[in-house]
Formats: sequence, C-alpha cells, structure tokens
Amino acid sequence: MARGGGYFKTTYAADLALVDTRLRRRALAAFVVALLVLPRVASPFILDLVAQTALAAIGALALNLLTGLAGQVSLGHAGFIAAGAFTTGVLIENGVRSPLVALPAAAVVGAVLGIVVGIPALRLKGLYLALGTLALHHVVLYACAEFQNHWGANTGVSIPPPAIGPWVLKGAVAWYYTLTLAAALVLALSVNLRRSRAGRAWMAIRDREIAAESVGIDVARYKVLAFVWSSAITAVAGGLFAYHRAFVSVEAFGFFLAVEYIAMIIIGGLGSALGAVLGAAFVTLLPHGLDALVAGLRLSGGAAYYLFPLKFGAFGLLMAVFLLFEPQGLVGIWRRVRNWFALWPLRYRPLRSAS
Amino acid sequence: MTQVLATTVVVASLYALLAAGYVLVYRATRVLNLAQGDMMTLGGYFLFLVATSVPGQPVRAIAGAAALSALSGFLIYRLLMRPMAGHPIFAAVLVTVTLGILLRAAIVLVYTDRIRHPLGLLGLANPARPLIGGAVVSTFDLFTVGAAAALFAALFLFLRFSPLGIQMRAAGEKPLLASQRGINFHLVFALSWALAGFAGALAGSLYASNVRLDPSLGVLGLKAFAVALVGGLDSLGGVIPGALIVALVEVLSVRYGDPLLADVSPFLCLLAMLLVRPWGLFGTKEELERV
Repeated sequence: MARGGGYFKTTYAADLALVDTRLRRRALAAFVVALLVLPRVASPFILDLVAQTALAAIGALALNLLTGLAGQVSLGHAGFIAAGAFTTGVLIENGVRSPLVALPAAAVVGAVLGIVVGIPALRLKGLYLALGTLALHHVVLYACAEFQNHWGANTGVSIPPPAIGPWVLKGAVAWYYTLTLAAALVLALSVNLRRSRAGRAWMAIRDREIAAESVGIDVARYKVLAFVWSSAITAVAGGLFAYHRAFVSVEAFGFFLAVEYIAMIIIGGLGSALGAVLGAAFVTLLPHGLDALVAGLRLSGGAAYYLFPLKFGAFGLLMAVFLLFEPQGLVGIWRRVRNWFALWPLRYRPLRSAS
Repeated sequence: MTQVLATTVVVASLYALLAAGYVLVYRATRVLNLAQGDMMTLGGYFLFLVATSVPGQPVRAIAGAAALSALSGFLIYRLLMRPMAGHPIFAAVLVTVTLGILLRAAIVLVYTDRIRHPLGLLGLANPARPLIGGAVVSTFDLFTVGAAAALFAALFLFLRFSPLGIQMRAAGEKPLLASQRGINFHLVFALSWALAGFAGALAGSLYASNVRLDPSLGVLGLKAFAVALVGGLDSLGGVIPGALIVALVEVLSVRYGDPLLADVSPFLCLLAMLLVRPWGLFGTKEELERV
C-alpha cells in the first residue's frame, strides 16, 4: 500500500512480483482460502452466483483489455461471445465433445474474428469504430441464426456437459471451481498483459495515438493485437458460457448483452482489472439482489410482475449514475477510501520531493 | 416490381423520419443518440396516452403526442445530456444507451409489454389503397411518406431561412465561434433534441397506427442508424438517399433472399459504407478526425 513513502525495491524479483507487500500477500491468501472454503459453507445457489460472476468477469476482463487499455471502443462484444458459444455448439453437433478441443477452437475463431474486425478498425476512430463493431455484432448474430435454422433447431441447441475422458464436469461445486479458476487465470493474464510491452503500447495508444506512433510504437500492429487478445479471450468465455448454460440460442446474445459488458467495465472502472471483476460482480449480482430485496419486503399482489422492468430500469439508472457522477467507477471509490485511510488524519498526499 | 418500389419508398420514409433525429442531434452536439429508437417508441405511447384521454380525435391526439415528445426531448437534453458536456463523447453516447434502457423500462412499467393498436382509439381505419401499376399500400403508409416529405421540407426551410435555423447550423459547425458571436448554444442544442423527439414521435405514431405498438419497437432505431451513416452523419440532405438505399437493399433481400437477412442488411450497408467511405455519401470528411 502506498504510504507516501519512498520506492523501496531492492531486487529485480521484488520489482517483478505481482503481489508486493506483506499486507497484500496476506489479503490475497485470505481471499484464496475463502474461495476454497466457500463450497463447504455456502448453498449451491450462492456457488452458482459466484460461478456466474466469474464467467462474466472473464468477458469483462477481455473487454477491458480492448476498451480500457487500448482505448478501442467495442459495442460488438456480444458478437464475440456468440461466436465462441456457437463454435462450441457446432463442434459438439459434429461429434467433437471434448472441451479440450472446443475451447481452443473457440479461441482461434475469436482470434480470427478479431483480425477481421481489427484491420478495418484501423481506419476508424471513436464513434465510427463503435458503429462498425455494432454492425459486426449483427452480422455475426445473423450467421449464428442462419446456422441455428439449418440445424433444424429453431429455439437453440442443447449442449451436453463437458467431459474429459471418463470425468464429467457437472454440479454447482465443480462448475464453481472450474469457472473461478478460469477467471483467476484470465485475471493473471490480463494483469501481466497490462505490464508487458503490449499493454504499455496499448495504454500509450489510448492516451495519445500520435505521440505513441512518434515514440516508435507500431500503432496498427498493437491495435490489431488488442482486438485479437480481447476477442480470443471473449470467445473462450463464450464457449464456457455454452457449456455452463448447457444451451445455445441466438436470443441470448442481443445488443443488451454487449451493453451489460460495457456497463461492467464502466461501473467497475475503465482500465483496471480489479474494476472489471468488481463491475462483473456488481452487474451479475444486481438483479438477484433486487429479487432478494423484493422477496424481503413481502409485497403482495402484482409486485412480481413489475420486477422485470424494475430490474431493467435499475440497471439503466445505475449505469447512468456512474457515467454522470462517478466516471472512475467502483475502483475510484475504492481508491478514495484507501487513500483516506492511508493518509488519515491528513486529507492530501504530501507534496513529493524530487525523487 | 412496382410493389418493390412502393414498399421501398414507404420503408425509406420511416427510416428517414428516424434518421433525421440522429442527424439533428449529431450535427448539434456530436453525440450519437442510440436512444432514438426508444424515443420513437415513447412517441407511439404518447399517442396512445393522448388517444385514450381524447378518443376519436386523431388530429389533437397526434399534435398532443408530438408536443409531449418534443418536451421530453428537451428534458432529456436538460437533465441527462447537458451534465455530460465536457466528458468524452463516448461517455455521452453511453448515457443515451442508458436512456434507451430507462425509457423502455418506464414504458413496460406503465403500459406492460402487451401489443397495442392505438388506431381504433383514434377512430380511424387503415384501408389498403391500390396504386397505379398494381402495387398496394396501406393508407398510413401514404401518411408516412407524406409526413417524411413534409418534415424534410419544413426542416430545410427552417435551417435555410429562419434565424434560429441559421444559428443551429452555425452552432453545429463551430460551437466555440458560434458562442463567441452570442448564439445561445444550449438553447440550440436543446432545440435539436426537441426536434429529434418530434421526428421520433412522428415515426412512432405513424408506425403504431400502421402496424402495432409494443415496447420493443426501438430496434427499428438501430437500423435507421445505418441510414444516417450511409447518408453521412452530419448531413440532413444525405438522409433521403441513404434511406432509399438501405430500404431498397432490405426490401430486395427479403424478396429475393432470406427473410433473416432483413434484420442484418442495413448493417451490411453500414459496414460497406464504413469500409469504402466512412464519412458517408454526403457527410464531411473531416468529421472522422474530429471524433
């Protein structure tokens, strides 16, 4: 934790460490232990909620790479998820049942799609890019819908639980471990990408493209790279989504899904991996929280009917509130709280001496 | 063949009404209003609201709906968009997305998601009209074409000749310079939003009378947005050819291709345009650099 002191790193190993202070190591250890112990104490419903959050976090982390780090706005994230889910579906329909094949295949499809979007995206900026990705989302969905119709399964396709050899993944506890582990891996990947050469190049491009180019960053290459990483990870999330839901249907991947993922990284805090995870948790748990609230209030009569539009409206309202009043997101609140404790009883950081 | 042409013109008129809203707001504030489709739905429900309180009086109902929509456009600017001044454009665009969500939620809360037909409340019928050449369209199809033509003529005259219209164009071209010359650009921006609400209400009322009214009409708005881009996001005149092109492609792909293509063909037009000429048929080229 920054205590306003100096920069006390004496070895390269200490400088490279992701978790650098004793407090952070202990907090991380406590968090991991809590996650491991959770299945022993929590109900399957809670475990399922955590699993859903982890799944959403994978997608949000991937979108954060593209939008938060590289500054490339995408309204087409749901299209990438659909591509991953449908790749899995197609493979299963053709007899390839192993997730060890399906998930890498989804990643490859996602990466190719990322190149397909990324190269034309080089010509487009800001709003126009957002529009291009939105259009692409509809094209991908059209392809998926065509596919779904040719299957003769108009409503969707059911997916058997993933099996590796004799071992079959099913049940809330198994899914909980799998998805949490996957989210942890993606989190580590995205934190490391952020501090790698690519991540630093992305942030430079986000902050000022011309300046980035003038210090020798290959803007075109790194932009396409951002699309490829983001869409590959997202497509894997789509594959996991298909297995987890055990059902694939075009209806699940509408424009609203893309908006939900954007809401996650906005509410969490743009450009921060922690923010993406927090935002994913927030957006995933919000409807269930409202459900619990309404159930707790014991409203009678038609209250249940109003629940759906209320949830929908609360989601929109919260997103608007964050955009208008807290553009830094949950991470911004967290940073303010942390600084308040770190600096107490002072209000501001001391002015730095030249160091 | 004449049927294809007639349908194209009708669909294009609806798209043009919607796209006019996009272009008006975009020209003034550089914000792409992704809630335009839901503002259209709102207009349709305003018609329903007014028609239930004064049944059997179509003129008053439509005028009331249009006035309410223009007012709501103004309020949207004042409450949601003005606080976003100075924020990144994309944040403002996301605020319009949330606006769309809020509008849709509010409509479902008040009116549920049942399909409604306000036509009966207005006391009007919608008989089919044969045209020369054997094409058949409905009466409200003709009204839609007429409304689009009237709206564009009125907008053209307003922007070309009235002082306020000239101020609107000036504020859209260079807000800083315009405000230096004493143009109250907050008024101008609010007016653009109000006009966009009005155009949306026109589209919404006509579509609701002609086809149906339900809370998910807003998806039409996303398609109309392809129209605005094909014509050029900052060009009101470009909307008409843009609408005709997109509508023609859509009608042809439904007729000779696959009905599923209808939903995606506007976006294919959009993608093609983005690849070839991102600033649209009649848009300004520098636009791309400004965003």
